[in-house]
Amino acid sequence: MIRAIFAGIAALLLAGPALAEVSIQQVTSQRGLHAWLVEEHALPFVALEIRFRGGTSLDRPGKRGETRLMAALIEEGAGDLDARAFAETREELAADFSFDAWDDALSVSARFLTENRDASVALLKSALTHPRFDQDAIDRVRAQVVSIIQSEEKDPNAIAGRTFDERAFGDHPYATSRNGTVESVSALTRDDMFDAQDRVMARDRVYVSAVGDITAADLSKLLDDLLGELPEIGGLIPPRAEFTLTPGVTVVDYASPQSVVIFGQEGIKRDDPDFFAAYVLNQIIGGQGFASRLMEEVREKRGLTYGIGTYLAPMDLAETWQGSFASANEKVAEAVAVVRAEWARIAAEGASDAEIAAAKTYLTGSYPLRFDGNGPIATILVGMQLDGLPVDYLVNRNSYVEAVTAEDIKRVASRLMDGGKLRFVVVGQPKGLEPDD
Amino acid sequence: MASILRWAILALALARPALADDVSTFQLPNGLDVVVIEDHRAPVVVQMVWYRAGAADERRGVSGVAHFLEHLMFKGTDTLAPGELSRTVEANGGSDNAFTSWDYTAYYQRVAADRLELVMRMEADRMRNLLLSEDDWRTEREVIIEERNMRTDSDPSAIFGEQRRAAQYLNHPYGTPVIGWRHEMEALTRQDALEWYQRYYAPNNAILIVAGDVMPEAVLALAEKYYGPLAPTPGITARKRPSEPPQLAERRLAFSDPRVSQPVVMRTYLVPERDPDAQEKAAALTMLAALLGGNSQTSVLGRKLMFETKQAIQAGAFYDGTSYDDTTFGIYVVPAEGVTLATAEHALDDALAGFLADGVDDAQFKRIKAQIHADLIYSRDDTRGLANEYGQALTTGLTVADVQDWPRVLDAVSAEDVMSAARELLDRRRSVTGWLMRAGQEETMQ
Repeated sequence: MIRAIFAGIAALLLAGPALAEVSIQQVTSQRGLHAWLVEEHALPFVALEIRFRGGTSLDRPGKRGETRLMAALIEEGAGDLDARAFAETREELAADFSFDAWDDALSVSARFLTENRDASVALLKSALTHPRFDQDAIDRVRAQVVSIIQSEEKDPNAIAGRTFDERAFGDHPYATSRNGTVESVSALTRDDMFDAQDRVMARDRVYVSAVGDITAADLSKLLDDLLGELPEIGGLIPPRAEFTLTPGVTVVDYASPQSVVIFGQEGIKRDDPDFFAAYVLNQIIGGQGFASRLMEEVREKRGLTYGIGTYLAPMDLAETWQGSFASANEKVAEAVAVVRAEWARIAAEGASDAEIAAAKTYLTGSYPLRFDGNGPIATILVGMQLDGLPVDYLVNRNSYVEAVTAEDIKRVASRLMDGGKLRFVVVGQPKGLEPDD
Repeated sequence: MASILRWAILALALARPALADDVSTFQLPNGLDVVVIEDHRAPVVVQMVWYRAGAADERRGVSGVAHFLEHLMFKGTDTLAPGELSRTVEANGGSDNAFTSWDYTAYYQRVAADRLELVMRMEADRMRNLLLSEDDWRTEREVIIEERNMRTDSDPSAIFGEQRRAAQYLNHPYGTPVIGWRHEMEALTRQDALEWYQRYYAPNNAILIVAGDVMPEAVLALAEKYYGPLAPTPGITARKRPSEPPQLAERRLAFSDPRVSQPVVMRTYLVPERDPDAQEKAAALTMLAALLGGNSQTSVLGRKLMFETKQAIQAGAFYDGTSYDDTTFGIYVVPAEGVTLATAEHALDDALAGFLADGVDDAQFKRIKAQIHADLIYSRDDTRGLANEYGQALTTGLTVADVQDWPRVLDAVSAEDVMSAARELLDRRRSVTGWLMRAGQEETMQ
């Protein structure tokens, strides 16, 4: 069935207009829960992906880190089972569950064997609807989270990311570490965990995809079993973040032979008509692979770094366009100057037809290669739902890339890049680089 | 209920012998081994070429040259301009890269299945026809030094790991980092790289792995066309590296760094690796690692140190038997706030002594085996992972039959096998113990 998705994409690549022979089934359960399904019966297991929109942005003031801690505790005991008994049962079933939370969503990823499907779903359901949040589990996991927070305080990559976010997002939750601080996490209570779960994991914000050995009828029943008892309505998602990043250079002193650099500017919304033009532009300046302008200028020609890349980050409540690299303290000023010059050059001139064609070929050709397993496909399908994309996006997506013209690139470069002004956050002991804040 | 489920899984797994149906192997007259792994679910293919040469095969004084040459392999041939291979792959929507370890160097491209011939032509070309201009290698040496800055010198736990390995191996080259010692990297030359290339890059020292939506006969025909004409290098023999003398004294090291936040106790023991047609010892050690420190909620060390005494916020064990020569079995403890490294290490020793006294928990042992069976199914969803598994095995002396036997060998391990391996292993005189500490909060090592 994976092949059927390809049939649609390949038809588009080779023969122009796509007749969407899409194998995604949209399933609605009796209780009104929705899921996207790709049936793939070659292997006797199912990959299930669940997302709850909002994620760590739903942390309450003073309780930063509560969603992350709650997510880490979901499988630390549920119903009649304490943490150890829960883990033993999961091992007997050979099921895998993982839970994570970031700025815009809480994720549940599961895979289970067809043979053990009912028992695995029942176990996962107990975790989603009857977690115990035992005090000893809270204390144990909290100690791990505190250790992670303390390690991040000394990690140059984490310091750079946090410094960039502080300057970009004002007083929005996006501005601070989703893990919280030692103080905020130390103050969280058992009641906070139950509150956080009810606000984050509600049916009004849930998205589901399943890929593997399951029929639509069975998935429909699974949805009601697994999610039917969750609260109907969750907490209010905060408003958009005000984008407060200004161009310039920030230096955070850090004793290490190499400086870590994050640079960026404001990005573009996922549903902006110019999004695909910006996406192609990003591929040309710093996208994946070895062929981008920044890879060529900073690594290949000058040997100033091991790697440099940029990406568009259209989040739910703000958008950034950012990149990163690391250079020896003696070389980082030169690397920053090269990035700045390249950013300004493409802002002013746009890109050549050959570069645009190469970027489009890469982006359209690599898209089908992402669909190479039940797990990866399930992740893509749930991501599409979070982005508000329709099922037929799968077959139309490459035509959006193809439609980008040199004029589009020039327009979006001049619209977004503001002449090429960037903020550089440099963590290290850079030589010859003057900070302005 | 538990035992019924377990048998259900077992029956399922035994009905599907480990992938044998989907794997085909060939050897070309010039010595190139070819492995084809079929997965027809998506029209994607990965081509990998693995060389039986890695950092542990470097001569002394040129550490890092295996990895340096890996970088230089992207600098072109008489028919490919520098960077053209990667550009061509990307222009076809694919991705490519390479990696180096102690036992192997590998190159791969992932493309649509109908582009296999294109990438095969280029990969075969650079196996014998690399060209290095006077300029390219100097810039690339700067790049690998930046890579060392990033991966090792910016990361105190990576430095700690490098120091521990150096202490572990007195004589065997596994004690030298793959990336190289900095002072030797700075002196690497074009000539060093070319000598390495000429010595090891040949069809009779390589394994071609093609995995994905391909038919074995078609792959063989393409391999004969592009790799078939390449001349073998005479005189490449099985690798023989200096081996370790018996360890007679415990080795201990303490490392502190201002960038460390979380102290750790880490101990490793020198142990056997998987050998062709003799994987039983390695299988027992694999099961021992899972029992001691696989899952923190259910493993011996997790339960004892995280749940009962609460002296650790993390504890575990690790072992990977896929290695050409003797490798290491490791255990670690991340002490809870207020617990000293000395106390944490005592607690670790107590937990290990308790395990030696109590033996294997039968229920835990059964659960681990159930998961091994399930992994046979889950792993088939990841063709790239399978290709890696075969590549690592075949460059560390194992055969395709060994790879396919491995789940059965694991399943045959008994509790007695595990305890006998544990009793032999857990002798501090044959261990290397490292303490990673915060600068300014050093403890005196006992």
